[in-house]
Amino acid sequence: MNLALLGGLLGLGFVLGVLIAILEVYGPKILRLCASVYTWVFRSIPEILLLLLVWFGPSQFGVQISPFFAAVLALGLRSSAYQAEIFRGALQSIPSGQTLAARALGLSRLGTIRHILLPQALRLSLAGWGNEFAVVLKDTTLAYAIGVVEVMRQARYIASRNFPLTLPAYILVALLFLAATYFGLFVIGKLEERLRIPGLEARR
Amino acid sequence: MLLRVVDLHKRYGREEVLKGVSFFLEKGETKVIIGPSGTGKSTLLRCINRLTEPDRGRIWLEDVEITSPKVNINRIRAQIGFVFQDFNLFTHLTALDNVRLGLMRVKGMGKKEATARALQELARVGLADKAKAYPAELSGGQQQRVSIARALAMDPKLILFDEPTSALDPELIGEVLAVMEDLAKSGMTMLVVTHEMGFARSVADEIIFMEKGVILEQGPPEQIFYSPKHPRTAEFLRRITDLYGGNR
Amino acid sequence: MNLVFSWSWLPKLAEGLLLTLELTAISMSVGAFFGIVLAITRIYARGPLLPLYLLASGYVHFFRGTPLLVQLMTIYFALPTVGLRFSPFSAGVLALTLNTAAYQAEYFRGAIQSVRAGQMQAALALGLSRLQALRYVILPQALRLVIPPWSNELIYMVKGSAVVYLIGATELMGQAKNIAARTFRNFEVYIVVALFYLALILVLTLILRWVERKTRVPGLGLPGRA
Repeated sequence: MNLALLGGLLGLGFVLGVLIAILEVYGPKILRLCASVYTWVFRSIPEILLLLLVWFGPSQFGVQISPFFAAVLALGLRSSAYQAEIFRGALQSIPSGQTLAARALGLSRLGTIRHILLPQALRLSLAGWGNEFAVVLKDTTLAYAIGVVEVMRQARYIASRNFPLTLPAYILVALLFLAATYFGLFVIGKLEERLRIPGLEARR
Repeated sequence: MLLRVVDLHKRYGREEVLKGVSFFLEKGETKVIIGPSGTGKSTLLRCINRLTEPDRGRIWLEDVEITSPKVNINRIRAQIGFVFQDFNLFTHLTALDNVRLGLMRVKGMGKKEATARALQELARVGLADKAKAYPAELSGGQQQRVSIARALAMDPKLILFDEPTSALDPELIGEVLAVMEDLAKSGMTMLVVTHEMGFARSVADEIIFMEKGVILEQGPPEQIFYSPKHPRTAEFLRRITDLYGGNR
Repeated sequence: MNLVFSWSWLPKLAEGLLLTLELTAISMSVGAFFGIVLAITRIYARGPLLPLYLLASGYVHFFRGTPLLVQLMTIYFALPTVGLRFSPFSAGVLALTLNTAAYQAEYFRGAIQSVRAGQMQAALALGLSRLQALRYVILPQALRLVIPPWSNELIYMVKGSAVVYLIGATELMGQAKNIAARTFRNFEVYIVVALFYLALILVLTLILRWVERKTRVPGLGLPGRA
């Protein structure tokens, strides 16, 4: 359950994040302002509160959504704000000569972004993206609060049926997360190696 | 004898950087070490205040053995000034605080006394008006002069200079060399690693030529520059004159 | 749709805000202390002190690799089964502190390691001991460098403290839940609380930016100087 949640929210966050980052860097001023307000809002509100808002909000307007969908939406929106920051940093770290060269070749503004800048930025942002992965993986536990039967709730069920198993159950959950986090980071590290291009590195 | 180095050895992994180096330094003397890059000159200096631990060999400062495991190395280092190639001024401290730090924290001097002393040393290197400046606000030459003042303030028995002008733009080298020359004249004991042959020729009491971890030749400047005994010395000097021109 | 807000919620929410600030302040400051100790251990403990290094590294990896909620629930629900009981508040403080110490350790480690090696060398060459060099040369620089990541961590912790309501603490979220349960105005109450958080984070961000500007030293922490 946690993994399905993870997939959904990372995907949503990724698409929105890239979009916002592009608007923020290349869009008109007013969109830039909107993007930074968006980022501020979703960075400031606690994840758990976002969950509750998205969960209770639609029913206020007569729309019922499932807890799972609410969790994907809330955590996905939050993640998009962070991912936008990551992509923005990556886009801005690409030397301006790349754009000049692309435009000189006759590529359009959009073509430049699509064929030259994005491919580079995505590779550059892998490391930051790894961090975000580790964060949202852990955030999936928060869906517990609105009743998604994720791993924390399973642990509580076990604990409530069999009291002495409480501590082992929680420790097992912790170890599962430890394993998932490091496995994910390992995969992203491998990916980074595979996609490495000589001369294109995040400059420190 | 102020400093005595006997049979110093140091290896990094497979590479033997120092292969038995011995020499001494009298009080008030200036010796300059020259030689090709990567021949262990800097390692030698760092071994003398044990920023690098030598593998073998012994070093004495007057009658205290620096290389003895029982020695309080911090107390020894306080008596040996060290001037780095890239200055290493403390980035977060003003010029004044850079000079004051050792006085207050190592020598336990009070703030007032330390300030007076620090200002005096800054004046000595011609930077009294830069006391409040941070390193990043100073030119390379000025930074190196502050770092000399920092070393001087500790009243060292000897100052080690590790290529003090190699990181400087050519037009800034002169001001640092001038300060060093004044120091030598005032009777400070100095051991200088440098590629500045003009300085070596005019200031050094004696020159040590090092190559591949050994001292090949040492003697007064006239001997080294005008009638070197070792063919490698002659060759090195020829190459360096070709590179930098005759006047340096 | 009809949204109903009420001024009568504010006193309780303000009470909750105070507790949120308290939770965050305690865990951030105690966490900073342990974070620095952990960072120094991870950087300098070698040779005979290697077990300490391993212990510190294990701690950091464990607490960064597991969710805060799991840590909190373990402390509050599972530790009592072995005889360790906590109030919701103290369980919250404990979980947040243990958690942030691990994260802060990494920020401090990064900052200390980005102070150039020559600084330590120069300090030792002056005759300062290693501890003095750390105290007077390395840490003052590292502390300035750590302000930006530390600010992020503070924001994480303000938000993290919201999780503590799940075990019944009456900080901002907890108060909101109580009001919501009484009035059945879930959405409206949570909107108000969201505004509280937005304002709080904005103020904290501005304060930290100001601190960063105040403590800025030329040549320290400029890009490209890592």
